[in-house]
Amino acid sequence: MSYVRAPSPDRMESVIAEMTTSMQHRIALAPAGICPVEMTMVFLRLCHAQSCGKCVPCRIGLGKMADIISDLIDGRGDPSLLSTLEATARTVRDTSDCVLGVHAGSMVLRNLDEFLNDFQSHALESRCVGIFAGPIPCQSACPAGVNVPGYIALIREGKPKEAVALIREANPLPTVCALICDHPCEAHCRRRMLDDAVNIRGLKRYAVESSGDVPLPEPLPPTGKKVAVVGGGPAGLTCAYYLALWGHDVTIFEKYPKLGGMLRYGIPEYRLPKALLDKEIERILSLGIPAKTSFEIGKDASIEGLRREYDAVFLAIGCHEDRKLGIEGEEGPDVVSAVSFLRQVISGPLPVLRGKIVAVVGGGNVAMDAARTAVRLGAREVKLVYRRRREDMPADPKEVTGALEEGVDLIDLASPVRVTRNERGAVTGLIIRPMVAGPIDDSGRPKPVPSGRPDETVECDVIIVAIGQSSESARFKEEGIPTNKDLVVAGEDLSVPGVPGVFAGGDCVSGPSTAVKAIGHGKTAALNIHVYLGGEPVETARHPIPPARPSDMMPSGRVELKERSPLVRVRDFRMVEKGMSAEEALREAHRCLRCDHYGCAPLRSGRWYAWSR
Amino acid sequence: MVKITIDGKEVTASPECTILEAATKAGFRIPTLCHLKGINDVGACRVCVVEIEGVEKLVTSCNITVRDGMSVLTASPRVREARRTVVELLLSEHDCNCPTCPQNGKCDLQSLAEKLGVRTQKYHSSAPQGEPDTSSPSLVKDPRKCILCYRCVSVCDRVQSMGIWTIAGAGGHTQVVPEGGAPLAHTACTYCGQCVVSCPVGALSEKDDRDVAWELLNSRKQGKRIVTQVAPAVRASWGEALGLPRSVATPGRLVAALKHIGFDLVFDTCFAADVTVIEEAAELLRRAGLVEGQRSHGGPNARRMPMFTSCCPAWVRFLGAEYPEFLPCLSSAKSPQQMFGALAKTYWAQSFGVGAGDIRVLSLMPCTAKKYEASLDVMSSSGFRDVDVTLTTREISSLIMEEGVRVENLPEVDFDSPLGLASGAGVIFGSTGGVMEAALRTAYYLATGKNPPVDAFRVVRGTGGRREAEFDVAGKTLTVAVVHGLGNARMLLEDIKAKRVAYDFVEVMACPGGCAGGGGQPYAQGFEYNPEAGARAQTLYGIDDKAPVRFAHENPAVIELYDKFLKTPGGELSEKLLHTDHRLWGIQARSRRVMAAAAT
Ligand SMILES: Cc1cc2nc3c(=O)[nH]c(=O)nc-3n(C[C@H](O)[C@H](O)[C@H](O)COP(=O)(O)OP(=O)(O)OC[C@H]3O[C@@H](n4cnc5c(N)ncnc54)[C@H](O)[C@@H]3O)c2cc1C
Ligand code: SF4
Ligand code: SF4
Repeated sequence: MSYVRAPSPDRMESVIAEMTTSMQHRIALAPAGICPVEMTMVFLRLCHAQSCGKCVPCRIGLGKMADIISDLIDGRGDPSLLSTLEATARTVRDTSDCVLGVHAGSMVLRNLDEFLNDFQSHALESRCVGIFAGPIPCQSACPAGVNVPGYIALIREGKPKEAVALIREANPLPTVCALICDHPCEAHCRRRMLDDAVNIRGLKRYAVESSGDVPLPEPLPPTGKKVAVVGGGPAGLTCAYYLALWGHDVTIFEKYPKLGGMLRYGIPEYRLPKALLDKEIERILSLGIPAKTSFEIGKDASIEGLRREYDAVFLAIGCHEDRKLGIEGEEGPDVVSAVSFLRQVISGPLPVLRGKIVAVVGGGNVAMDAARTAVRLGAREVKLVYRRRREDMPADPKEVTGALEEGVDLIDLASPVRVTRNERGAVTGLIIRPMVAGPIDDSGRPKPVPSGRPDETVECDVIIVAIGQSSESARFKEEGIPTNKDLVVAGEDLSVPGVPGVFAGGDCVSGPSTAVKAIGHGKTAALNIHVYLGGEPVETARHPIPPARPSDMMPSGRVELKERSPLVRVRDFRMVEKGMSAEEALREAHRCLRCDHYGCAPLRSGRWYAWSR
Repeated sequence: MVKITIDGKEVTASPECTILEAATKAGFRIPTLCHLKGINDVGACRVCVVEIEGVEKLVTSCNITVRDGMSVLTASPRVREARRTVVELLLSEHDCNCPTCPQNGKCDLQSLAEKLGVRTQKYHSSAPQGEPDTSSPSLVKDPRKCILCYRCVSVCDRVQSMGIWTIAGAGGHTQVVPEGGAPLAHTACTYCGQCVVSCPVGALSEKDDRDVAWELLNSRKQGKRIVTQVAPAVRASWGEALGLPRSVATPGRLVAALKHIGFDLVFDTCFAADVTVIEEAAELLRRAGLVEGQRSHGGPNARRMPMFTSCCPAWVRFLGAEYPEFLPCLSSAKSPQQMFGALAKTYWAQSFGVGAGDIRVLSLMPCTAKKYEASLDVMSSSGFRDVDVTLTTREISSLIMEEGVRVENLPEVDFDSPLGLASGAGVIFGSTGGVMEAALRTAYYLATGKNPPVDAFRVVRGTGGRREAEFDVAGKTLTVAVVHGLGNARMLLEDIKAKRVAYDFVEVMACPGGCAGGGGQPYAQGFEYNPEAGARAQTLYGIDDKAPVRFAHENPAVIELYDKFLKTPGGELSEKLLHTDHRLWGIQARSRRVMAAAAT
């Protein structure tokens, strides 16, 4: 005889749990442009199914709201339904007993507010204004628009050279992206509905590593137009590459002795070996692009001067200025910004950290790079000080794990208050204030608020500040370049308003971002400059893409890239991550669902071509 | 070559071909519905699925290529169940009022249901709501019939480069609608009708003018004279929908059938085509500077080269919408349909003592855009509409059927005189390259005073998307090009704009194959695009070969027309009756479609 049962997960629960997870994935992967009215209806039906049935507004109201929207969608709506819907949603929100109803009601109100246009066109004209774009998910998530399924198919057919050539049609820095891209494509990979995203970046690395030297396409005949590119980072390099391919005479101006921008002076060697970067840059320059290095625009020449001598100018100066903590004791030796620290590691002399305790302030990728670099330079201890929680860090979780594996000590929920120095002015520590997670702020993360516990001291000899960078664009203000805060203002087409012939892109327009976004900007600018110079929109030769094979969509595991062991890798600056073997690459390439063939992409992103027998 | 097994039989196939192609070639019959070879391979209907050994899912045979060692089952129980289910699902959302459908008896969905033995309907039926879009003078779209096969979308986008048909909504609310959801008449639709001939069901059709034609017949009681003209390409295809072999469905039997119905004056558009040839050839020589002369139409640009042919109204609409700056390049000659109407209500009316207001002109055309052209206000140079009603080949076959004419029992009858006399040159107007060839024959004569060898310009014939040639005419080299299909026309214009090419004379027909493949021609069945266009063109060239007169300028009826009435080509009366200023057609220029950003 028993009175209580120990809870045991039953079969139904686990299947429901599985379904919930796949629902999450499905919703996260919803194609762009899906009708918000219909989504609201589906959301309500789900909420209704979850209602326990106790309270009137939730038990009945949720269903009625879904019915109303269904009428709107089927063209049985009239404008009065909208006010009924709104009143019902308000009542459900305000009168439901628990969060199941309250949340559903407030979501409907929010959608009504946010998508009023769509609701109205359904109600008044029974017309859907949502434009369902059904493109290839990974390709459209890629800021450079790389044809992902195409190059994966080429890898699968054993043609890595062709794969690299195809990537280059959209992105002239395949090796860089293969090693350090933050791969937004994978977040959108449709395969996630089934098991997990295809390891797209890993496959790209395989293609790059197994293809040897892949020749560049032939440039078009010279147009006689001259373009100046200011800044030799990924944005500038990309823009120069395409403009040179289309026959323009391009010159790159770069402040530092070498090209690459943050790829060279920011990203550490153990993630992006400089020898590989050099090769990639040389290849781009081999199109006949001269680079004037150690040449600073604003000092050695003015924008005005460039505009006189060139038909168009592309500004891509990045974000290299340090952001300060603004706390007492910050000024003085041994408190450095992460970017200048990392730059010094590359350009020398090597900072001496052996035996020292280093505190790195920040929670982004730059902070991780600084911390892990400090470890490799022989610091006795590296402490990572961050205001919020570990899960709120903007850094890639893999980078955080990598840093922790390498012995970095994480002190989270700690807000810097003051730098303490001894009588000789040397840093002795960083006073921090313990925080707790508070209400969610605009960034969607809990805002740290003081915990009320007393301040603590983090002992250290060196402090590296990695709380963001700003751009030096203000210096061009006098030359008429409009700026907003510290960024250059540019339109959607990246032209700088009011300054004909000048375009801008990359980090100096977007703020600190990613390499592939800078590449995307470089492409957009190149095309618009080309058209500005009187060219026709160009399409590069398209590499033929192997036909899709029958697809079974059987769940299968993702091939992850292996890393060198933390104990070994901290002793040198060689690459942390290892590439895929041919067998692994083939397996992984099989996983691609070929969303360019299956599903709506071939239909909804169609382009006309000639009919000819 | 690869080896595959289909239903247990070993078959070799080339590695690029699809399973469907390989199976079809080997004599298997896999049903299809949405597939249009080379154009619509999106695999939307799922009717062509097959089972492949070792592959769990069923596979669409239309868009998966063969691989060595593949073993395919085209009709296994799983495949049969899937196909039938798919068709039942389609039927549940289709307006199945088949007897009143324009495709009744020709519909691919109907015959598919029969072939797959669908006799039950296990789903609750819910045909989409909505009224047909009848806004345009040429085409009608009935959303209740649409099965979302996307053929029209692909044809309009990929063949014609227009992209008028777009997909709106998603999920269960997906619809095919004109660009921006506007009524068709508010779009840049050229009314070519290629979507209509490609629609497997009755969702797209021409604007139905059959009742107007019957009323015309009745109006004879009020003393009206009904004058009928038959376009070249109609004579090559009118029997298809009636199930008649080409040997029976001759031009002479068409005339006989029309007379049987009561159209007692059956003339030939080819007569007007001969006039068009002369007017256009004369204009070409003037524009090319081979003869002296000024134009009243076309304004200061009237000498602009190249000269484009102007007999295809869908092409004219295309140019006005997409490249309005090129409108002055069009020959100012009206199309044969309109020239015929204008001459019938002036020249013929005078000679036979009939008042122009008492004449009604009925045209039988392979074309949907001709309905639009005839409806234009500027097309009334006699003071009355040049053409009162235009029927497509499909509509005329339907009239013959409705009247119950036993065509095969009728003796052949000649076209009536004088507007029924035509040269072979006028007949080949119906095929791509035909207008060019016909015009060059006469231009040569007008420039040199001598006839060229009749086959001198044959090289412009063919089916290639763009064909180019150079000819010596009176010491001057004329560079000419022939294109068909608006996608090819667009590429040609882009090449001209970018100065990659330069021509003196260009023939453009909007429909692939020319009028023989026109949007008013019988519906195509199966998955080949425009399968009959080639055979129809051959019929026309066959008529030309045997024609007693091969040069437009040697047509005695045409010579008489100029002697007694028009006097000279491009003369004052011709200008008034036979020419038009295309800028007055009121075609809305289309705002340039934004190119996709480089990043996407
Ligand atoms: C430490 C660190 C790690 C990063 N890790 C990643 C990563 O893993 N993945 C990723 O995708 N992104 C990463 N990023 C971001 C990425 O590097 C940048 O977003 C990208 O390099 C921006 O490109 P850009 O061309 O706009 O600018 P930059 O790369 O900053 O290039 C600008 C160039 O302009 C030059 N310049 C500046 N002013 C002048 C002037 N007045 N005259 C002439 N030249 C001038 C600069 O010297 C520089 O070479 C990282 C950034 C940092 C700092
Ligand atoms: S399955 Fe392949 S094509 Fe589809 S999103 Fe993922 S990588 Fe791209
Ligand atoms: S209108 Fe016809 S061709 Fe177009 S999608 Fe509908 S059924 Fe297919």
